[in-house]
Amino acid sequence: MIQVLTNNWPTLLTGFGNTLLCSVIALFFSLIIGSGFAIMETLPNKLCRIIANTYIEIFRNIPLLVITMFFYVVVPQYVLKMSGFTAGTIGLTLYTSSFIAETVRAGIQAVDTGQMEGARSTGLTYWQSMRYIILPQAFRLVIPPLGNQFINLIKNSSVLAFVAGFDLMYQGDALASATFDTFNTYLVVGVFYLILTLPLSYYMRHLEKKLA
Amino acid sequence: MSILSQAYSWINLKFLLAGLGVTIEVSLISIALSFAIGLILGIIRYVGFKYVSAAVGFVIDIVRNLPLLLIIFFTYFALPQTGLRMSAMSAAITALVVFESAMLAEIVRSGIIAVDPGQMEGARSTGMSYWQAMQHIILPQALLKMIPPLVSQFISLIKDTSLATIIVLPELLYRAQIIYGQDTRYMLPMYLMIAVMYFIVCYALSLVARRLEKRFG
Repeated sequence: MIQVLTNNWPTLLTGFGNTLLCSVIALFFSLIIGSGFAIMETLPNKLCRIIANTYIEIFRNIPLLVITMFFYVVVPQYVLKMSGFTAGTIGLTLYTSSFIAETVRAGIQAVDTGQMEGARSTGLTYWQSMRYIILPQAFRLVIPPLGNQFINLIKNSSVLAFVAGFDLMYQGDALASATFDTFNTYLVVGVFYLILTLPLSYYMRHLEKKLA
Repeated sequence: MSILSQAYSWINLKFLLAGLGVTIEVSLISIALSFAIGLILGIIRYVGFKYVSAAVGFVIDIVRNLPLLLIIFFTYFALPQTGLRMSAMSAAITALVVFESAMLAEIVRSGIIAVDPGQMEGARSTGMSYWQAMQHIILPQALLKMIPPLVSQFISLIKDTSLATIIVLPELLYRAQIIYGQDTRYMLPMYLMIAVMYFIVCYALSLVARRLEKRFG
């Protein structure tokens, strides 16, 4: 195990970096997209709710790998060429944003309705109340579940291995095929993933207890 | 239009449906096994015996925080190095069961915790033993509370079977790839078709979950 690490650490570290990079990019965009759809779901306008709901249900109920492969093999055929890393990050963003939308929507709806009424009665517009009163409270509620979504996102980023995204899983797989030492290589890859996910998961559990 | 009718020829559709069959078969076996194991692990986690519970909890945390894809790779490509060789089907089921039972154990544990402690005290005071109370009073209530997270975990399991395409399990995604391997113009129709198939199965299950939640929630 140690030998795998000492002989190949540059490769593994590149993979580790790419995994972290694509997870952070996907998290950033899926937070924006997910919050957008979450707000749309809580609007009084029915059309908005239907659009948001359709988006969420579609991307929640199709495997991430199918979405990612779609961007890797189908989209280049008709629209534009993209690298495996890009295709993977787009797939991850779309998939995760649907879960984040559900989480944030639950958070918005958990904020007492009196807050919106109170804010409106002080003269704030609907959007001002949303921006300054509702969303800050909702985000505090959804921090632990969002953290868990981020952990899922890091684990899910391993689909980049299918589309030559040069992430940790891909590099580990390449090393395993090159050295034939699959057992130790995958153990090392596992440790790298745990370095990212385990502390985050314990921290989220701690936050959950603290906020509860 | 002719591309579509060629792509969706009866032979291709039958081939895909057989893949959907494999997907559902692997999912059902994995769901049954991981539910049983997850239930036992969740109860062990809850009941205590201090060190046993902590040790089980630690292993569960490690498995939960690894990518499923890595566990699949490990089962199929690394275990043979130790002499344990499995078919793609058994490897996929083994990996899914290991991963999902860790996920389910946590769901079971939080379900049991969510049952009012007064229920256990009341049951014990009527003369039931701890295990009788657990079996007849606590677990049935806990299971009702667990329905929504259990079903969403089962939905992820069904979606996750697509990862087994990498170890050449002849499930839905793998078969779609074989079909468009013959003609790249089939790529779009194939991905649309399997997306629809996965969607129907998973969405139907989520509707059932919502109905159950309304009835018992």
